[in-house]
Amino acid sequence: MTTMPSPTRTTLLSLRGVSKTFGAVNALTDIDLDVDAGEVVAIVGDNGAGKSTLVKVLAGVHQADSGSITFDGSDVQIADPSAAIHLGIATVFQDLSLCENLNVVENLFLGQELSPLRLDEVAMEVRSWELLRQLSAKIPTVRIPIASLSGGQRQTVAIARSLLGDPRVIILDEPTAALGVAQTAEVLDLIERLRERGLGVIMISHNMEDVRAVADRVVVLRLGRNNGEFDAHTVSSSEVVAAITGATDNVVTRRRDRLQNLEEQSGMASSHDGKETT
Amino acid sequence: MTTPTTTPPRTAALDQSDERLRQSEGLRGALKSFLDSVRAGDVGALPVVVGLLLIGTIFQALNPVFLSSGNLVNLILDSCAVGVISLGIVCVLLVGEIDLSVGSVSGFTAAIVAVLFVRHNVNWVLAVLIACVVACVIGLLYGVLLTKFGMPSFVSSLSGLLAFLGLQLALLGTQGSVNLPFDSKIVGFAQLDFVPPWLSYVLAALAAVALFLSGYETMVRRRRANLSARPLNLLVIRSVALLIALELLFWYLNQDRGVGWMVVFFVTLVLALNYAITRTRWGRSLLAVGGNAEAARRSGINVRNVYWSAFVLCSLLAAVGGILAAGRLASANLSSGTGDVNLNAIAAAVIGGTSLFGGRGSAFSALLGTLVIAAIASGLTLLNLDSSYRFVITGLVLAIAVAIDSLARKSRVSHGRA
Repeated sequence: MTTMPSPTRTTLLSLRGVSKTFGAVNALTDIDLDVDAGEVVAIVGDNGAGKSTLVKVLAGVHQADSGSITFDGSDVQIADPSAAIHLGIATVFQDLSLCENLNVVENLFLGQELSPLRLDEVAMEVRSWELLRQLSAKIPTVRIPIASLSGGQRQTVAIARSLLGDPRVIILDEPTAALGVAQTAEVLDLIERLRERGLGVIMISHNMEDVRAVADRVVVLRLGRNNGEFDAHTVSSSEVVAAITGATDNVVTRRRDRLQNLEEQSGMASSHDGKETT
Repeated sequence: MTTPTTTPPRTAALDQSDERLRQSEGLRGALKSFLDSVRAGDVGALPVVVGLLLIGTIFQALNPVFLSSGNLVNLILDSCAVGVISLGIVCVLLVGEIDLSVGSVSGFTAAIVAVLFVRHNVNWVLAVLIACVVACVIGLLYGVLLTKFGMPSFVSSLSGLLAFLGLQLALLGTQGSVNLPFDSKIVGFAQLDFVPPWLSYVLAALAAVALFLSGYETMVRRRRANLSARPLNLLVIRSVALLIALELLFWYLNQDRGVGWMVVFFVTLVLALNYAITRTRWGRSLLAVGGNAEAARRSGINVRNVYWSAFVLCSLLAAVGGILAAGRLASANLSSGTGDVNLNAIAAAVIGGTSLFGGRGSAFSALLGTLVIAAIASGLTLLNLDSSYRFVITGLVLAIAVAIDSLARKSRVSHGRA
């Protein structure tokens, strides 16, 4: 529970006491979250911790039942996805939310086409190429339907789409899950570039390596509640894992201890010296 | 025949620079990529054009009157009313919904116009406007039932089919039919008004010039932005082909009565809807909602309004089609909009290549599909076969069209183009 944002930073987005229920299930309970300009916040948590629900509340897909959301200093209601987009919150969803029957350009500009009454296809296509180049995307042509692209290519298109329209906050739900080695590095580079440009980035990931590589702060959710907040540069993985699972004695630590015991018994050092122990 | 508009050092165009992309330049490239896309299941209008040629050949062989000027003039006039209704069906099919009540709505609105105009002496423009407003309300009702109550359009429009047929019968009363006077504008427009021959040739020329100019403008803008563009000679060939085809067609029709103003009206509607679907944000949102409604919603599209606009436009076009049909028959009666009108309008859109599964289709499918259906109806009438055969054959053609749609969809999936 360490990091304090440096005083020069301005808080872009701040949630206080946000709750969301689905029927009898409390998906989110009293969630607090702050995102500063030029900061990468990683949200981690086990399956069912409420990460994706939180993303959907911020993106306007679901509405919070209670609590307040402050964006750029003023209280806001995010009633629907277009409200989020107008505020400047862009989201890359886990399922990417692309239209398979439309081509790359059409998907990139969906809902924000240039000149609505006489679509400017040329300008949109040029801008699409610029964006895709910026992401080093490996997409041969932008005039084929999304259906013909691979998972990683689709991911790049979804990320490129979030960059259109100059958002202030970008939310990435599992941005590297479907990506190859090179693309993962590109996305991590991109996240750093976004931070340099002064955007607030919220990144959801299961991959602790990615989190430690780019995040400034790690926010842990557990069963729909805040369960710890760490400085990503100093925290150890085991602390985060403990917060994720809710105890220092958990399945991950037990497994690690068991493996260590095995190694000691057999006298074979270092072959199981996995990442968990660092 | 290539014009160097801006001649940068011949680097690959922005959209042709990926090394995996096969270069397709010039006429041969265009032809090759067309064949490739057909093979992959992007059949477009190809089956229906082949179908029209087949139908023409068969019926002409059976009865030489079929392709005569007089019969073609009638055939084209007959297809307009259903064609306009079918345009509306294209809109709802694009968002992945259906309206089964277009026939009833067309009959109901035709009855409104006829009763107001003939029995109550209301000005015909006002009568038409009132009917159109009623149709818009009907469309809005379907939209609200779908978006607020989650009622599938299949069910809501099926109940609408029955309800509006009932209202039509109630409105027409015991007499059961209202004849429209022959000197009225509505009948004149649908039956008697033809474009003067000289004007029809001018219109054909204008169409070809417009096609060329829009293609040329796109080409120049794309070249300037360093994107690949269609070669100029392809644009010229395309425009000249359209010019020759239209001038020949109009010349042939002018041997008889010529081109009806109703036909010009229908084609104008097709072009307008085609523009709206392909070149406006609204059209793009129709396709997006038909492809993946949740993704469209998350992109900030107001999905509810898109559904509403599609249903309102569909009912409105059904009303316009119904009024044209009444004008063509010079009467609104108990059988207006009943029988096969409903199925013909839906079949026309599907036969023309608009997918029943949503998110794929074009305004031209209504034009081509209605021509197929009108050609079959006309050919069978000439052979003195009664309507039982017509129903069977139209049903078969619809089945074939849906089979082609499904097969093409499968092929697109396996070629990664779904």
